[in-house]
Amino acid sequence: MQKTYYDPADLRKFGNITEWNEELGNKFFEYYGKVFEEGNLSSREKSLIALAVSHVVQCPYCIDAYTKSGLQKGVTKEEMMEAVHVGAAIKSGATLVHGVQMMNKYDKLSM
Amino acid sequence: MATKSLLARKDDLANTEKQLEFLSDGIFANGELPTFKDKIAKTGHFPLKPKKLEILQINVGYMCNQVCSHCHVDAGPDRKEIMTRDTMKQCLEVIRKTGAHTLDLTGGAPEMNPDFKWFVEEASKAGIKDFIVRSNLTIIRANKKYYDLPEFFKKYNVHVISSMPYYKREKTDKQRGDGVFDKSIKALQMLNEVGYGVEGSSLRLDLVYNPSGAYLPGDQAALEHDFKIALKEDFNIDFHNLFAITNLPVSRFLEYLIASDNYEDYMYALVEAYNPMAVENVMCTNTLSISWDGWLYDCDFNQMLGLKVASKVKHISEYNEDLLQNRNIIISQHCYGCTAGAGSSCQGTVA
Repeated sequence: MQKTYYDPADLRKFGNITEWNEELGNKFFEYYGKVFEEGNLSSREKSLIALAVSHVVQCPYCIDAYTKSGLQKGVTKEEMMEAVHVGAAIKSGATLVHGVQMMNKYDKLSM
Repeated sequence: MATKSLLARKDDLANTEKQLEFLSDGIFANGELPTFKDKIAKTGHFPLKPKKLEILQINVGYMCNQVCSHCHVDAGPDRKEIMTRDTMKQCLEVIRKTGAHTLDLTGGAPEMNPDFKWFVEEASKAGIKDFIVRSNLTIIRANKKYYDLPEFFKKYNVHVISSMPYYKREKTDKQRGDGVFDKSIKALQMLNEVGYGVEGSSLRLDLVYNPSGAYLPGDQAALEHDFKIALKEDFNIDFHNLFAITNLPVSRFLEYLIASDNYEDYMYALVEAYNPMAVENVMCTNTLSISWDGWLYDCDFNQMLGLKVASKVKHISEYNEDLLQNRNIIISQHCYGCTAGAGSSCQGTVA
């Protein structure tokens, strides 16, 4: 048994999740593949969104996968870092906007 | 960024047998990944056989003015293997009787062969109408004696296929060396000036994109679109098509994969992207590769791995097209590079 929670080589085995539930696994991968096809958004744009989200959900597999995907699609490192900042801004914004709730509660409880 | 060839560095990988051993060992020997032979057998493509011969690809020498870190030829200024005029004459004999219609000249930098122009002139006299030169672009700016190459190419209606790893300086120079980007841009502008690559022009100028690292090329059409916009806006450069080519795990690219600990992931990516449709059209099925010293190979990659054709006829001096057409194409795990995704050939994607 490995001693760490994450092993980079496990990303290759992602497809194996269908082994224990073929129907749901296949449905997921079909959906996943469809989402990333060229659509109203280009697959390049989708790749950048995925990269930003990968950081926000702090998924190391996803970060590996969408850094590589960005390189394949000719995304520059400057574009990648900007995307990460967009994710970080939303995440910190989401924290800070709760400050309003705190202020509301503080005011309500205070005389 | 390498400054010398593997050969000059006396690196183990300069030995082609070591490379072949490496490509058959590890994840392929322990069954983690299927060998290329097993993989194509499952989709009914083994043994791989030639179709109609269309292209003679002649490697006129391994000398090059650049030492690119991904080079599968291990080319560089220190490589002295150059095709002689005698071997060229043997090639001309073949050109006069072959069914192939295209002559594809590669290297190294093919223009550095002192008989390069003579050979093109003679091949033209011998009836070749469809010439391809695989130019690294910077050679056109490397020395005054090469400045007239655009005019020379134009005179013989040579189809110029040029390496251009990226439309931005940083990635280009990282893969190919400092200053390569600026020289390449200047060379492309010189080619445009004589009419190459301009819309509607019969003077064909195509670019080759290959990834600067351990990943597969993205969609060829999307990359072409990005290159066209960027090169036009930034440098007013026109070209016809972009060919996205996958780096094969051979020679210096193999060295890079091993040294950067990317080899296994890269091979997994290639195997995972295996596309039987691409196997139908791999370039070894319509091309014959000839080395600087006249030996015959299924492709330029097999040439660099020292894998001569599996035929009674192995040398240009004993050329017999009928016999050669009956051969089985020699394969190993590097072949996965040509069958991944949309496939990869010297003419870009194939599926």
